[in-house]
Order: sequence, then structure tokens, then C-alpha cells
Amino acid sequence: MTDVVVDERTPGRVVDPYRSGALRVPTRAPLAVGGDPEAVELYGPVFGVTEVSALDADLTRHHVGEPHGERITVSGRVLDRAGRPVRGQLVEIWQANASGRYAHRRDQHPAPLDPNFTGTGRCLTDAEGRYAFTTIRPGAYPWGNHENAWRPAHIHFSLFGRAFTQRLVTQMYFPGDPLLAYDPILHTVTDAAERDRLVAAYDPELSVQDWSLGYHWDIVLDGPAATLPDPEATP
Amino acid sequence: MTDPVPTPTPTQTVGPFYGYALPFPGGGEVAPAGDPAAITVHGYVYDGAGEPVPDALLEFWQAAPDGSLAGRPGSWRRDPASGGLLPRDAFGFTGFGRVPTGADGHWTLRTLPPPPAAPYLSICLFARGLSRHLFTRAYVEGLGGERELTALAAERAETLLARREGAGVFRFDVRLQGEGETVFLSFGH
Ligand SMILES: [Fe+3]
Repeated sequence: MTDVVVDERTPGRVVDPYRSGALRVPTRAPLAVGGDPEAVELYGPVFGVTEVSALDADLTRHHVGEPHGERITVSGRVLDRAGRPVRGQLVEIWQANASGRYAHRRDQHPAPLDPNFTGTGRCLTDAEGRYAFTTIRPGAYPWGNHENAWRPAHIHFSLFGRAFTQRLVTQMYFPGDPLLAYDPILHTVTDAAERDRLVAAYDPELSVQDWSLGYHWDIVLDGPAATLPDPEATP
Repeated sequence: MTDPVPTPTPTQTVGPFYGYALPFPGGGEVAPAGDPAAITVHGYVYDGAGEPVPDALLEFWQAAPDGSLAGRPGSWRRDPASGGLLPRDAFGFTGFGRVPTGADGHWTLRTLPPPPAAPYLSICLFARGLSRHLFTRAYVEGLGGERELTALAAERAETLLARREGAGVFRFDVRLQGEGETVFLSFGH
């Protein structure tokens, strides 16, 4: 791991390193096997209606009552590196509640659990590669990385593409959050412009009248896939 | 889109709290129930100090025994009454498994042997502390992949071999760092 991370937009500021990786990040470079057209990883698992129900994308409706917090809609498109929509693929999210507490037994942050919020959701991308979730804005939470370390509000995203090589797990952040400048996890992305791509945009077009605030966030999947014809494409 | 050739969205760690979101019941039961050809592949994940990693998540993807890479949906089902997750239907083969390590760093997968043409399980590993997931492969001993494996990884090839422990049981440990570090793979362009 790197020793220190300098925020290049604010000269002199040093962001603490992400310590959890010290004994976990491999020391050797990965072995490149990109040239093998037979690689199993150029194909991937498929998901469908059995794995996802329509209600899964609305995290505010998983319990009898309404969760606490600021209701939001988060939507965007999943694209491949050629800019093509990634259709019919699984998107999974998980997040803390409005108080910054996860519904996970190991989360010991002394903030209240919300009996009306679990914080997990799923959907499949549509014909344009679009995903959409209704949820609440998660709270910031403290963690043990360094003194007064607080994670900025974020939603964890897990995505599948057409190939196992396109697998992506990442986190979406909120614009204007003062904690973004101090977060060692966000700063594992060392380029400022790349970090900005993890920050959603407030989008009034996605807001729902008298109901929720809208955020827009597009995702680009990496990785080669086998060059099979797109089964969804009409000739 | 202003950028005609978009670069990929950066990865971020899975963190410590994926456990109520990503695992599903029977996530390691990829083989159809009662299939006599089923094999068990299991092992530990260790960190650079040799300590077990209790909060890793392993995903498995492989060719079907007939060589097919088409996959099929149905890795889990939804309970129509509660909305909860149910295990797969126990008949079809989706090729996909997802298993979190236990408090002792151990995981277990029950699957069908991959075909001789692609005699390995592809593994994608996530953990707190890893900003990017890691790809590796478990070549199942005795399926004819040993020569391909040696060509791929030379003297470190043994880190990619799932060794036979007994009838239908294979052992595959992952060492993230240091002595005996597992060979991880990249699939660049
Ligand atoms: Fe988190």
C-alpha cells in the first residue's frame, strides 16, 4: 500500500492511507492472460426474473413502515467501454441507514437501527442499460482507520456485465460532501478526475414531485467480453 | 455522452458489511442436489501474516460439464410471500456460486467438475482492504489441466492447483500476500 495520499487539488493536504489493505493487497503484479480467446472469464453468469422481484429496487418499501431519512431516487446507465448499454444485467446495492448504521451485526456504531430499513436492493438493467433505485440518503459513519475518520455518505454497488471480467464492485458518493476530501477509501483512486466519477450528480429531472430527490450516476464496466452477438440486439 | 471512449468506473472495496446484502442461501451449492458427479472444493483465505481472512467473499464461475459457457439464471430464488432469498431450485446448473469466508477464513463450494477443455473454476475474490477485486483460478487436479497450468504460471503454478484430498474432495487455499502468494490474473486488452 502507499504510505500517504496527497490530494492534488489541495496542495499540502495529506489523506491517511487505507490501512486495512496492508496485509491483504498482493505484492506481485497479476499475471496477464488477456490473450486467451477460450478463457472462461470472457463469459459470465446470467441472472433473470428468478433472482429479482419488482419490489427489490425500492428500499423504502421492504418493511411495514416508512424508513427515516431523506428519500432519494438514484438512476443511471450501465455502459461498456464501447459506450454500448449493458442490458439485462444484475445491479445490487447496500448501504447504511439515515443515521449511518448498517443492518449488520458487526456494525457497532452507536447510532440507531431503523426497523423499517434494511438497506439492500437489486434490479436488472433495462434495454438502454438503465438501473433505478428508490432509497434514503445514507448517513456518514465513523470507522477505525485513523482518528476522527468518518466515511462520506455512500452506496455500495455491485455490477455484472456480459463477462466475468466485467465484474465491478464500487461505491457511489454524494456531491458536495465535505468528507470526500478526507476519505482514504475514495482516495485509493489516486486521480482526482477519476474520483469525481464516483460522485453522483444531483438531477432535478430524476426527483419525484413531493416525494424524492434525484441523483444521476452512470457506470462504465471494464474488461473484454467474448465477441458474441448481443442476444438482445434486433438485426 | 461527451466522452466517446469511456474509461471504466473505478473500483472500491467491498468493505466489511456486504454480508447481509450479497451472500444468498446455498450460494456454495452449485451442483444439482444429489448429483453423483458433484465435487467439493474448499479451502482457506490467508493474509500476509498467515492469518485467516474472516470477511472475504468468493465468487465462482465455470463452464458446465458439457462445455457450455451460456450459463442460466436461477442461482437463487425469491420467496413470493416474504421477498426473502431462497436457495436455487436444485435442478439446473447456473455455473455461478458466491461464498463468504467464515470466522476461520474457510469456504466450501459443491459443484460439478468443469470440462477438460476448461478444467478450472474462475474465482473473483473481494475483501475489506482490497480496493480492487482479485481474479484467480482453481485448476481441479486430475482433469488434465496440469500442463496448461504450468505453461500459465511456471514455478508458481502450484498456487492455482486444487489438490485432491479424497474422493471428490479438493483443497484450494488462497494466500493474498507474501510466502506462497497465490497467482492472481488480469484480463487486459
Ligand atoms: Fe460502507
